[in-house]
Amino acid sequence: MALLEIKDLHVALNDGTEIVKGIDLTVRSGEVHAIMGPNASGKSTLAYALMGHPSYKISGGDVLLDGESLLPLGADERAQRGLFLAFQYPYAVPGVTVSSFLRSAMNALRKARADGTDDPIPIPEFRKDLAAAMEHLKVPRELLGRYLNDGFSGGEKKRIEILQMALLRPQIAVLDETDSGLDIDALKTVADGVSDLVGPEMGAIVITHYQRILNYIHPDFVHVFAGGRFVAEGDAELAKKLESEGYDAYLPEGIPGDG
Amino acid sequence: MAKPETDVSQIGRDYKYGFHTTDKPAFSTGRGLTREVVETISAQKGEPGWMLERRLQAYEHFLTRPVPTWGGDLSEIDFDAMFYYVKPIENQAESWEELPPDIKQTWDRLGIPEAEKKYLAGVGAQYESEVVYHKLKEELTRRGVVFLDMDSGLREHEEIVREHFGNIVPFRDNKFAALNTAVWSGGSFIYVPPGVKVEMPLQAYFRINAENMGQFERTLIVIDENAFVHYVEGCTAPIYSSDSLHAAVVEIIVKPGGRCRYTTIQNWSTNVYNLVTKRAVAQENATVEWVDGNLGSKLTMKYPAIWLTGEGAHGEVLSIAFAGPGQHQDTGAKAVHMAPNTTSLITAKSISRGGGRAGYRGLVSVANGARGAKSKVVCDALILDEESRSDTYPTIRVHESDADVGHEATVSKIGEEQLFYLMSRGLSESEASSMIVSGFVEPITKELPLEYAVEMNRLIQLQMEGSVG
Repeated sequence: MALLEIKDLHVALNDGTEIVKGIDLTVRSGEVHAIMGPNASGKSTLAYALMGHPSYKISGGDVLLDGESLLPLGADERAQRGLFLAFQYPYAVPGVTVSSFLRSAMNALRKARADGTDDPIPIPEFRKDLAAAMEHLKVPRELLGRYLNDGFSGGEKKRIEILQMALLRPQIAVLDETDSGLDIDALKTVADGVSDLVGPEMGAIVITHYQRILNYIHPDFVHVFAGGRFVAEGDAELAKKLESEGYDAYLPEGIPGDG
Repeated sequence: MAKPETDVSQIGRDYKYGFHTTDKPAFSTGRGLTREVVETISAQKGEPGWMLERRLQAYEHFLTRPVPTWGGDLSEIDFDAMFYYVKPIENQAESWEELPPDIKQTWDRLGIPEAEKKYLAGVGAQYESEVVYHKLKEELTRRGVVFLDMDSGLREHEEIVREHFGNIVPFRDNKFAALNTAVWSGGSFIYVPPGVKVEMPLQAYFRINAENMGQFERTLIVIDENAFVHYVEGCTAPIYSSDSLHAAVVEIIVKPGGRCRYTTIQNWSTNVYNLVTKRAVAQENATVEWVDGNLGSKLTMKYPAIWLTGEGAHGEVLSIAFAGPGQHQDTGAKAVHMAPNTTSLITAKSISRGGGRAGYRGLVSVANGARGAKSKVVCDALILDEESRSDTYPTIRVHESDADVGHEATVSKIGEEQLFYLMSRGLSESEASSMIVSGFVEPITKELPLEYAVEMNRLIQLQMEGSVG
């Protein structure tokens, strides 16, 4: 059982502009928390800050995973502790095949878990795990030999993000706008993939603008994020209400809404 | 981030503190270059008169030729302080124990087998794969393939050597070609008879001859009609040399329909000036491929050239240069189209870090009459920090209106976002950077024999460990 605690978290840009202005959130294994909010509300900033992006500064509060503060740790160490971020816009790494990247990432985590001793996954085991996860997520085999995200369509990138998640088996996964750029079939496959992983081993934070993905990943909690704060919280019903009524009712004065 | 114990880029520097060469009185011509030195070298080898004459002409030319100033800084080379001929054993470590510990450590980390390490150190005359080598040699001999060191090549196949030696790279070509012609020793001689295709790459280090890592190697490769060979020179492990100048000449002639691939990985210690002239002639429908990796040396100036002299000939150069602190890699390629419908492709990649400087200097020339020639040059530079530098000096001369000549160049840096993405998967900063760099050079490494590719990637990892954290 994993426990992620976000306590009065403030996040600022390097120039000091505060984007996240104090949020509290507790995520346990088996739970799905949806964070919904208008565009440009700072949702992605929150996701990046949780993962330790160097462009963002934690200006207050704390983030704890199983009681240990993540703030002093780099992105690599956070990943090694079991945090995962599915990127809204994954980056390309030309010359590095998907399969070699996946194996390196798995080995990096195994090494960390073996206290810094190399413990590479045996190739047959890697192939077996990979084949199973790919079939489940309907990732075409030919993607494995291609360079990571290089020339991939939006849908291919998102599937590869979820494939990484399935293989790296994080304790807490943050999905940043995973639904954007996906057609309905791809959305369903990806969302089912996420739902299958949520359980005793993993909790998830699903960041989204639209309610659409929540038809497939049932959220236990919905948090409305606007102006750097949670302005409303509820269950799945809240998401549906947002879909029909929009965010306007939750926007404080002077905070830009959608468009 | 923990500092690794070894930064390969530093190895060259530490030599001067920890390395001793033997003072045993074996044969040497002493410091400096004179006419007598050239005569002595030739006499020591028992060469035919024409070779001595060639050496002496080259020596005279060397004296009159100024040190080139258009490329890297050569002003510190002291020609008078140098040894021009030393019996090979002398510039090698006397015993395994004498080697600097960090070079041994690097070899350990590269996973190089013990016997091979001893060979690299020059202390293991009996390389374990000698058995393998003998089998290979028997097979080659049966098919008429000649694979010898150049001194033996001259003794045993004088007529072939005499026909081609200095025809492709005349000693008047440049000062260092003149120097090499005057004092050459060692190098490889390869002849492949018509129609013979040698499947297994021929590797210099299989030759069990210390001379192949000499200072002034001379290599001649003659590929007869429709024959093929892949020759691999050097290795990815750092090579210690007490010599500060390495001036080799490589000449290749590929007759109609033949193909030759020549792969070099040089990782000289960072005290070495590596000034090499490499040129190949591709006759009708012949193919020449240079795969050239430069990791070591203080300054490398090397521009593998292909003269496409026969209709339909094709040339390719794939080059990769890695310049770390204190290093200048001035590398490139030349494609000279002298016949119709000839094609060339040059792919040059460079990485500079820690104040290193890497550049591409190239020539594409389409002569009168080379109708329908096509050439493409792609240069990509990756600069890892603000102190480092990359230059591109392309020269294009076209004398045929229907020639199709293209040049593309890109310069990039490792992006913070790309690094963050990889680190968010659990890779450390150095693992992430070396993954990006390995990916960048992948178009080259995938062309290398597997063991070289693996070693090259490990070396990049070691270099990157030294560069961050």
